[in-house]
Amino acid sequence: MPDLLLQKGDLQLLFDRLSGDGFRLVGPTVSQEAIVYDEIASVGDLPRGWTDVQAPGSYRLEPRSDEAFFGYVVGPHSWKKYLFPPLATLLTADRTDSGWAMHAPPEPTEKYAFIGVRACELAAIKVQDRVFLEGAYVDPIYKARRDRCFIVAVNCTQAAATCFCTSMNTGPRCQAGFDLALTELSAAFIVEAGSDSGRQVCGQLPLREATPAERAAAEAARAQAVAGISKRLETEGIRDLLLTNLEHPRWADVAARCLSCANCTMVCPTCFCSSVGEVTDLKGDHVERQRQWDSCFNVDFSRMNGGVVRNDVRSRYRQWLTHKLASWIDQFGQSGCVGCGRCITWCPVAIDLTEEVAALREPGP
Amino acid sequence: MSTKPKLAVFKFASCDGCQLTLLDAEDELLDIAGALDIACFLEASSRVVPGPYDVALVEGSITTPHDAERIREVRRQSKYLVAIGACATAGGIQALRNWADSQEFLAAVYARPDYIETLATSTALADHVTVDFELRGCPINRGQLVEVIAALVAGRRPRTPNHGVCLDCKRRGTVCISVARGVPCLGPVTQSGCGAICPAYDRGCYGCHGPAPQANVASLAEHWVRSGAGPAQLVPLLRNFNGFTPEFRRVSDELAARLAATE
Ligand code: SF4
Ligand code: SF4
Repeated sequence: MPDLLLQKGDLQLLFDRLSGDGFRLVGPTVSQEAIVYDEIASVGDLPRGWTDVQAPGSYRLEPRSDEAFFGYVVGPHSWKKYLFPPLATLLTADRTDSGWAMHAPPEPTEKYAFIGVRACELAAIKVQDRVFLEGAYVDPIYKARRDRCFIVAVNCTQAAATCFCTSMNTGPRCQAGFDLALTELSAAFIVEAGSDSGRQVCGQLPLREATPAERAAAEAARAQAVAGISKRLETEGIRDLLLTNLEHPRWADVAARCLSCANCTMVCPTCFCSSVGEVTDLKGDHVERQRQWDSCFNVDFSRMNGGVVRNDVRSRYRQWLTHKLASWIDQFGQSGCVGCGRCITWCPVAIDLTEEVAALREPGP
Repeated sequence: MSTKPKLAVFKFASCDGCQLTLLDAEDELLDIAGALDIACFLEASSRVVPGPYDVALVEGSITTPHDAERIREVRRQSKYLVAIGACATAGGIQALRNWADSQEFLAAVYARPDYIETLATSTALADHVTVDFELRGCPINRGQLVEVIAALVAGRRPRTPNHGVCLDCKRRGTVCISVARGVPCLGPVTQSGCGAICPAYDRGCYGCHGPAPQANVASLAEHWVRSGAGPAQLVPLLRNFNGFTPEFRRVSDELAARLAATE
């Protein structure tokens, strides 16, 4: 299918089409002085004319000089909050005269259309698909949401100082894993369809074929993102580098700075850890089994009979980084990092994993 | 005779807010009253059944010689002693006196300071007696209090998570106000329990639930100093409801010394 052109004024028609097909629209919107992902009703909710300026430990929402709808990079939220919800009830149980009555929670009925998914985020969804859908155990909560979602990707036309998707081969160009992908120009979007449902939606929109000049303009816009990427993670031999340097002095150095606050794991679009616990009412007659996002940075996360396994920040930071960049490859056949830079921006003390890896490449004193 | 566990609530130097949390547990109050024999709870009833008690919920810090005596008596009378709130677990906001001259305060406030008998410090219950469980917070969280009572009734360990506040912000989708707005926030080093209320209302965390385990307060403070927040701003932030906990105290003392050196 050739590249198509959608006038900016017709973007709402795409939203209407998806709403008409029963999708709840989730997309970028300005809230709490950031561009977050939330339910949106119309193009009026998009962060038009806003951008983000990011650095290690710092994020600022700033006005743009133009009226771009998608003129920002990635923010504090990721799509995982919709596919792998922060809190989920796995089962409820009630005491009855004849024993416990167990109930599975109802299947979710909502289906989401994600608007504005970036290339690194498509890659992150693929990483979580591998974790939740493609192993011996399929997570029904993730599957129900994932099977039904419609993805409108957006190609980046700029990069943040924290981005390094080019090092991880995940972006900035959206290659696959979307239903539609947009590239924003000043007056229109270039639209590519990546699936049958995407092509069907295209058939119901007032699109025309893009001219060679428009296609070239889209290419140039996307090239700006590549040119804007300054951060780099050297991945050559990274698995062995990390796993053979478990006693490198840099681990103690980063442990002196790291707060073990878990923010990096919470914002990471691929981190998938959770804990499961039971919550009862006072009489113990009603029990809910709940799953919540959890993190390897929490002391109690490795508590077992006999004590805590990773009982200092050094071992917890090392666990996180070696899993993300090294043992993830053994476990899932790919890296756990897609280079989105969120853990760098949202670390309250500006710890940058690319710098930590670079330091681990230097021999210790 | 009732076989229900006998519960007593005691108060030391405090504002009563934590005991009020028990009365505030409106949805659960009838169940609590059904599951426990509330033998002594002066805020709710003047009926006092003498000890011993199975469970004592104790609010407040130790600030007078009389307190120091009385907490030992409470300990003798109670099988399971739960310290509730920042006063009981850390000395409370009144522990600010620990950095000052309490005699000077007495002279300024009372016409006859010689009528007042007080200790030089405000300290946690655990500094005086063995405490079986500490429920943190200023005030304590209602849900956590109900959890502690439910656990005691069921004979299991209370489940009160000890991770940091940031996890709760992230679970509820609050954007980090420290990263997005440069607001100094104690969330990364503070124990969860409040549900991360303050950042959701555009305020930095005050550290109401005290330091999280292995809290790296020094690194957080260093980061703020590098980002331009001075010790004059950071010392009062750390010297708050839980200011006298060793983790917060050590760093506020260091910052205060730095401030003194520059003055
Ligand atoms: S690396 Fe940063 S965000 Fe992650 S746990 Fe350490 S201090 Fe928190
Ligand atoms: S480790 Fe950091 S840069 Fe990599 S995917 Fe996770 S949040 Fe993004």
